[in-house]
Amino acid sequence: MSAVKINARVIGQEILATDIYSLVLHAPEIAGQAVAGQFVSVYSGDGARLLPRPISLCGIDAEEGTIRLVYRIAGEGTREFSCLKAGEHVEVMGPLGNGFTLRDKPAILIGGGIGIPPMLQLAGEVKGEKKIVLGYRDEIFLTEEFEACGQVYLASEDGAYGVKGNVLDAIREYGIQGGVIYACGPTPMLRAIQAYAKEQGIEAQISLEEKMACGIGACLACVCRSQEQDPHSHVNNKRICKDGPVFDAGEVVL
Amino acid sequence: MKLSVDIAGVTLKNPVTVASGTFGSGMEYGELVDLNGLGAVTTKGVASVPWEGNPTPRIAETYGGMINAVGLQNPGIDVFCSRDIPYLKQYDTKIIVNVCGKSEREYVEVVERLSGESVDLLEINVSCPNVKEGGIAFGQDPKALAHITEEVKKKAKQPVIMKLSPNVTDITVMAKAAEAAGADALSLINTLTGMKIDIQRRTFAVANKTGGLSGPAIKPVAVRMVYQVAQAVRIPIIGMGGIMRWEDAIEFLMAGASAVAVGTANFHNPYATREIVEGIRAFMEEKGIEDIHEIIGCVK
Repeated sequence: MSAVKINARVIGQEILATDIYSLVLHAPEIAGQAVAGQFVSVYSGDGARLLPRPISLCGIDAEEGTIRLVYRIAGEGTREFSCLKAGEHVEVMGPLGNGFTLRDKPAILIGGGIGIPPMLQLAGEVKGEKKIVLGYRDEIFLTEEFEACGQVYLASEDGAYGVKGNVLDAIREYGIQGGVIYACGPTPMLRAIQAYAKEQGIEAQISLEEKMACGIGACLACVCRSQEQDPHSHVNNKRICKDGPVFDAGEVVL
Repeated sequence: MKLSVDIAGVTLKNPVTVASGTFGSGMEYGELVDLNGLGAVTTKGVASVPWEGNPTPRIAETYGGMINAVGLQNPGIDVFCSRDIPYLKQYDTKIIVNVCGKSEREYVEVVERLSGESVDLLEINVSCPNVKEGGIAFGQDPKALAHITEEVKKKAKQPVIMKLSPNVTDITVMAKAAEAAGADALSLINTLTGMKIDIQRRTFAVANKTGGLSGPAIKPVAVRMVYQVAQAVRIPIIGMGGIMRWEDAIEFLMAGASAVAVGTANFHNPYATREIVEGIRAFMEEKGIEDIHEIIGCVK
C-alpha cells in the first residue's frame, strides 16, 4: 500500500452545520486502499498557501471510488476548499497514516467535535457490538448517519443534545461499557480517555492531530511524545502523520 | 545535452538536490519520486547522538512561506550509518550528509565517524536558527566559522560544504571566511529567522517562538545572496531558498549556483524535484543550450 497524489474531481459538497462541510471526491486510487482512521493531505490551489491540510476520511467507498471529507473551516485553506463545487478538481494525497486496528471486542467509538467524522467510517467497519458516543460544542452534525450504524449517545456543552458536558460525562451517565475504545477529538478529551482507559484497564486507540507539513513522515513537524523510545526516531517522539495518527493510548504522552 | 555539474570533484548527474531537513533521508519520498532522478540527496542534519528536537507546534504557514522550528531532531550518527546510508546506496545518486552539532567537538565527531562511510559530500550546518547551542552561533561570526571549517577539514575524508546563514549583515564576509579556511563548497541560504503570532490564542505560532522562514517568500533574498557570494568566492555554490519550480532553479543557476536544492516545495508538491529536473531539461532543449554550464553564472 502506498500513498498517491492525484487531481481529484469533486462529486459534490454540502454544508452540515456552521462552518462544517462534507466534500465527496472521486479518488479511486485512494478509496481502493484506505481504511478508517487514515487521512489525506488536501492542497490549496493558491500558491501562497504552501502546506497541505490534513483531513481525516469520514467515508471510503472503494466500489464507487470515492472518499468523503467532513471538515471545519479553520482558516483560509479550508475556506477555499469549502467553495469547491461538483466538477471542479482539487489535489489530494493519500491514504496517509496508519488507521484504526479493529478488535473483536465490544467497542466504544468516541468522537469529539471535528474528531467525529473519522468515527463514521469506523462505525461502518466495526461489525460487532458497538456503542457510539459523540460530543458536540453546540450544533450537531452526522448524528443521523451514526444512528444508522448503532446505538448513539450524545453530549453537548450546553446540554441541548444528550448529556450536558463532555463524552466522558456521557459514558458515565449512560453506564457505557466495552472492551475497546476508539477515539478521535481534541487533546483534552483524548487525555481524559487515556486516563479512563487506564483506570478501566481496557485498550484505547486514540487519533491525534498536529500541524503537519510533508504528511508522509519526512519533515518531523508533527511529532508527539512517546512513552518509549521510538524505533524510527530513536528518541521519545513519534510522527503523527506516519506512525499515527492512531496510537495506543498507553504509548503516547499527551 | 549535458546536465551534470561538479561540486568539489563530485559529479552530480544533474544540478538538483534537496534542502536538508525537508526530505528526511529519502525513505519517505522514495515512495513517491525516483531518487535515481536526483543529482544528490541531502539528508536531514545528523548529530553525534540522538536529538529530541523542539516542542510542538514546530511549524506554521505564512504567506508564501512557512516557519519551522523542528530543532534538528535526529536519530544520531550510529543509526544514520546503519540504516540511512545503506538505504541511499541502493540508488544511483550522490549522498550529501548534513552534519550538525552543539560544539565543535560534536561536529568533528560526526565528520570522523563518516570518514569510513561511502558518502560523497559533507554539508556542515552552521546556520540552523532553531537550536540554542551550536548551529547558528558558528554561522554568524566569521572567526568562529573559519575555525570550525578548519577543524572539520582536518578530519574530513569527503569534500566539505559549509551551509551559510542569511541572518548576517554581509554574507560575502562569511563566504570568504569559509573559503579561506578551506571549505570546498558553500550552500546557501539557510532559513531566515522569523516569527508568527497566533492572534486568536495570543501566543507564538511555533512553540520555539521564532523559527526559520522558508518558501517562495524568501527567494529574492536567496537569489541576491547567491549572486553576491558567486562574485566573492571561487568555490562552487549550491543555491537554495524558495525554489518551487524549474524557473526558480534556472534563476539560481544564472545567479551563479552550480547546483540547486529544493526544500519547502517538497511539502507543496512531493513530485517537485522530478518536475524541476524535467523543466530544466526542457528549457535547455528549447533554448538550444548544450551544457548547463552555459547558464551557470551567466548573469553578471
